[in-house]
Formats: sequence, structure tokens, C-alpha cells
Amino acid sequence: MAAEIKVDCTGQTCPVPLVETRKALRQAQTGDIIEVTGTHPSSKREIPMAVKAMGLELVSIEEADGTWKIRIRK
Amino acid sequence: MADKATIILHSGDLDKVYSAFIIGNGALAMGMEVSIFCTFWGLQRFKKGALDKGPLSKMNMLGLGRWMVKKKMKQANVAPLEKMLQDFKELGGKILACDMTMDVMGIKKEDLREDVISEYCSVGTYVSEARDSKITLFI
Repeated sequence: MAAEIKVDCTGQTCPVPLVETRKALRQAQTGDIIEVTGTHPSSKREIPMAVKAMGLELVSIEEADGTWKIRIRK
Repeated sequence: MADKATIILHSGDLDKVYSAFIIGNGALAMGMEVSIFCTFWGLQRFKKGALDKGPLSKMNMLGLGRWMVKKKMKQANVAPLEKMLQDFKELGGKILACDMTMDVMGIKKEDLREDVISEYCSVGTYVSEARDSKITLFI
């Protein structure tokens, strides 16, 4: 059963959202979903770049009222 | 094998140490292997209790500029250097200490934070890592 891991980076700035995403991904098992929430604008673009570089699956990106949510499958 | 980034940290200035760790942590987060080679003033920051004690590279103004930048960084919620170092280590980054600097500056291993230093080495180790690196920087 795949787990769902939530990472809250609200209010955090460079490079914390990227680093916290990576920390969560390292601990996750293959198939797990990692959901990262944040407000730092560049990280919304850069977390997907990291996901692509590591060959993982970007499930979705949403944004509402300046808060984005990125879902990744390991 | 993962792509590699190799950074020489020659400066001990607060802002430049930040640059090294932000780039290093970013590269680790994006799946690269990262080594930071610490030499001269950069190695001074790895003495016990010295990590965030460097001056600003510009407009230090006897510490006033440094104080203002630290205050601004806190307001902007920038992570402290100590957290960046812990994240760097947690993501598998390596800190390498230049042994020639230790001789020149009279720094002993016990003066340094041996818990975070992976290796004591010199230029040959840097070159052999850098020649396989996609990114190499001198800060």
C-alpha cells in the first residue's frame, strides 16, 4: 500500500522547499506520493525540474491564492 | 552514476558561505552528488562555532552591514547556515578540508568540526573529483 507523505513548506524560501522535497523523497518508498505545499514562487517551477532530473513522476501542480501544491510519485 | 557538482569554498565571508550552501543544497536536492572543498578563509568557517561568524564581502562597515543583512535574512525567513549544513550532510554532501591550509594557518583537526568533515585532502582530490563534475565553482 503506497503511503502519502505531506511536506509543508509554507513561508519557506530558497532552497528549503527543494531540500525538504528531496529529504521526503529519500525517505519514501517506490510508489509513495509526496505532496509538497508552499508559497515560494520559484520553487513551484523548480521542484518539477528536480522531479524530472531524478526521473520521477509529476502527478499534479495546483495553485490557489498564492499557495501551490505539487504531488510527486516516487 | 549521478552527476556531480564540486565547489571550492575559498572565502569565509558570510554571504559567500551562504552561496556555497544554497547551491550545494540545491544540487543535492536535484539529485546530484556534491563536494565542497574548504580552503583558506573558507576552512576557517569550519572551526568550532565559526560557521556564521564571517564578515560580509561588501559593505561590512565594521559589522554593521553584516548585522543588517542577518536581520533582513531573518525577516525573509532564510534558513540559518547551521540548518543548511545539517541538510547538506543529511542529503549526502561531502565537506572536504584542505590540509595545506591547516598547516599554513596552524589549524589542528581538533580545532575543526570533525563531525561534519568527510576528508582531509589537497588539490589532487579536488582535481580528480572536478574532472568528473558537471558543475564546478570557485567561491
